[in-house]
Amino acid sequence: MSTQITETETETETESTHQKRRLAEKHARADMRERAKADLSEAEESVKIKVFRYDPEVEGKKDPRFDTFRVPFTKGMTILDALIYARDHFDSSLTFRHSCRQAICGSDALFVNGRQRLGCKTQMSDLEWPVRIEPLPHAEVVKDLVVDMEHFYDQMESVEPFFQTNEIPSGELEEQRQTRENREKVKMSTRCIWCAACMSSCNIAAGDNEYLGPAAINKAYRFAMDEREGEEMKEHRLNIIEQEHGVWRCQTQFSCTVVCPKDIPLTEHIQELKREAVKSNLKFW
Amino acid sequence: MTLHEHDVIVVGAGGAGLRAAIAAHEEGSDVAMVTKLHPVRSHTGAAEGGINAALRDGDDWELHAYDTMKGSDYLGDAPAIETLAQDSPEEVIQLEHWGMPFSREEDGRVSQRPFGGLSFPRTTYAGAETGHHLLHTMYEQVVKRGIKVYDEFYVSRLAVTDHDDPEERSCHGCVAYDIKSGEIVGFRATDGVILATGGDGQVYDHTTNAVANTGDGPAMAYRAGVPVEDMEFVQFHPTTLPSTGVLISEGVRGEGGILYNREGERFMFEYGYANNAGELASRDVVARAELTEVNEGRGINDEYVYLDMRHLGEERIVDRLENIIHLAEDFEGVDPLVEPMPVKPGQHYHMGGIETDENGETCIEGLYAAGECACASVHGSNRLGGNALPELIVLGARAGRHAAGTDLGEAGVPTGPSAKSEDETDLDTPVQPGALDVDDSDVAADGALVEPIDVVEHAVEAERERVRQLLERDGTNHAEIREDLQKAMTENVNVFRNEDGLKRALEVIRECRERYQDVAVSDPSRTFNTDLIHTIETRNLIDVAETITLGALARNEFRGAHWRQEYQERRDDEWLKHTMIAWNDGSPDLYYKPVILEGENKEYEPKVRSY
Repeated sequence: MSTQITETETETETESTHQKRRLAEKHARADMRERAKADLSEAEESVKIKVFRYDPEVEGKKDPRFDTFRVPFTKGMTILDALIYARDHFDSSLTFRHSCRQAICGSDALFVNGRQRLGCKTQMSDLEWPVRIEPLPHAEVVKDLVVDMEHFYDQMESVEPFFQTNEIPSGELEEQRQTRENREKVKMSTRCIWCAACMSSCNIAAGDNEYLGPAAINKAYRFAMDEREGEEMKEHRLNIIEQEHGVWRCQTQFSCTVVCPKDIPLTEHIQELKREAVKSNLKFW
Repeated sequence: MTLHEHDVIVVGAGGAGLRAAIAAHEEGSDVAMVTKLHPVRSHTGAAEGGINAALRDGDDWELHAYDTMKGSDYLGDAPAIETLAQDSPEEVIQLEHWGMPFSREEDGRVSQRPFGGLSFPRTTYAGAETGHHLLHTMYEQVVKRGIKVYDEFYVSRLAVTDHDDPEERSCHGCVAYDIKSGEIVGFRATDGVILATGGDGQVYDHTTNAVANTGDGPAMAYRAGVPVEDMEFVQFHPTTLPSTGVLISEGVRGEGGILYNREGERFMFEYGYANNAGELASRDVVARAELTEVNEGRGINDEYVYLDMRHLGEERIVDRLENIIHLAEDFEGVDPLVEPMPVKPGQHYHMGGIETDENGETCIEGLYAAGECACASVHGSNRLGGNALPELIVLGARAGRHAAGTDLGEAGVPTGPSAKSEDETDLDTPVQPGALDVDDSDVAADGALVEPIDVVEHAVEAERERVRQLLERDGTNHAEIREDLQKAMTENVNVFRNEDGLKRALEVIRECRERYQDVAVSDPSRTFNTDLIHTIETRNLIDVAETITLGALARNEFRGAHWRQEYQERRDDEWLKHTMIAWNDGSPDLYYKPVILEGENKEYEPKVRSY
């Protein structure tokens, strides 16, 4: 009886921590918007953005610099909207990746006012003005706000990021069964959009280029925790993430979790894999 | 000159492209993907609702085919529709075997839900983010197989031989711009090029499509001689957020979401738009109903209506539609657990596209197309919700297998100008459509070239010359042209259309074409020159916009997504035919080919489409 109550309480607490965080963020945003409105009534309705510029082959841009653009502010304007406006009206050479405009393609992770954010889902009114926009730190800049993603992709692909099992059902049109609980267990981890905000925010990744990084470990978690792969494959996956530059490097600074635009509890996933690895190693004692 | 050679080249790496590449690889082909976005950036990832597949007892492929034909308003071709319905179940199970995280029932099987226009709840889903999971699951399989991906390579020209008759032409590869280095690179495909470039929603200024959805595939194939089919049929999704065009899934209505007007009336029923299906009527029906409400003064802010899902309860919403909460909050500032969401119709999907048969083959040998850029035609004049993702995987797989040399049997859908049954004779256009000068096409333009490698090298040279000119000259920026084009299309070639508006649009498109003559790229850099890419894309948008408008002007009836003020009913006696437009080396030729209603076991009888 008492065990049941404890369990319920634990669940409620996890839920409410998550909710509290979202609520706190929501209040902070509302405050910012109020302030932005007040600022607007005094100043003209435009916002200044300071944008990092660099081009390895164009005179005047070989040395990195910041350009300032004054963009008309409209309600609901995002960082990406402001960049598009500046490009289409002031300087067509302003370069940044973007595509879906709805936080699913993961192209436009940027360093905005000192934090990794997705340009398309960050409201201008939620930020201190002028807004400073830089490419993701800890990645090589290709041009302006575009960074080289190859290292990130290499890390992602190093964890065997594909479903593997020896137990595919043989019947015609027969699917593998998965419990709702297990699907729920991996749900958050499957939301990753490969934006690399986490990798860019991670101090360990900055110091150890071979560190798998939060996104790749989360990808490993997504498969290791999927019951459809089976126990044998789980052992194999734990071996991958247990390597020298794997999960043990994580020092639980939570910076990846803080910046993840899809709210994936990355640090928790890394910690859970550490626990799973210990349990699995004990089994063989 | 850098030249890469592979058996099969897939252009684009969204759902259809990934599935095609995997299929070709499984048949033993050396396949490579050439794509302007890294695969996981593709817009397939934004698909929310699900995948229609007849998986369960009580359902079967014939019901799925029937619903699709009815939804198409009898403009889909039966061989293509039946192929879609027959192959979809095994393709969905294949995705499950590849680990796709579908939502699950209590018994552990994959979940299905009701969707608009379906007689059985067969929309198989993974939360409200089915496309994201489909895209990532298939990319994982591409990684597993070690398939070569040239990512951030923008394909801007096809390498096609120059025969007078397009049906005698062959495609030997394509030309791509390496975005990171600025190098123009040739790709030689010995067995086939598969276009899987996705949508072209950037023709409009309010769209659920990504910025990258610029109709590159249809425009390139069209200029190379492949006819485009049923281009006037553009789907406007009834529930997009007003300020951004972000999509709110049909799943919301599938789960029981309700549409209200300003008076708080459930207008789908109260004004008789769909007395049986209500909110779950076909998308074109709901989109027109919403705009009628707004036009008659019952909209909110003269712009939108409300979509309410609060009564479903937080638990159910979080379980099945959680993504919608985030989208509404992040992009419209509305908490849909507390208040209804404002929604209005937005461009969403193009039923029309590159003419192919049900194996993905075009009339040009070695050139294939699959997915949204193609028209087989499975959707006819209106696509049902949940039928886009099966199209990607079913027709993507078939195109991949066929290109790799597998015998799929003779196709039932004829292609190419030889399938013409009738010329369009009395189309009255205010301006001459097509090229400004007759050399404005993508074919090799040198009849002497027969060696495949020469055709590719010639295309590379032609593309280098185009890029050199764009970079060197001074002139107009493409962005103004694109903006004017998008505005004209949204104003005149939208949900409601009439002759005057369509003619006005053709005039604006012609002006855009003329202004484009002087377009120039001001960024001089060879590194990641997005100015150059967007400028080339804008040319493609002009060609696509023109074919949409020409088709809309020609079709004097109301069918599916195409509504004409002057002709407010479906006219089966005259219009059970596809609108075809061939570039014809710069002087577009508009003609028709019959719809195929003869299925495997039955003839589909056109009926009144009521929901």
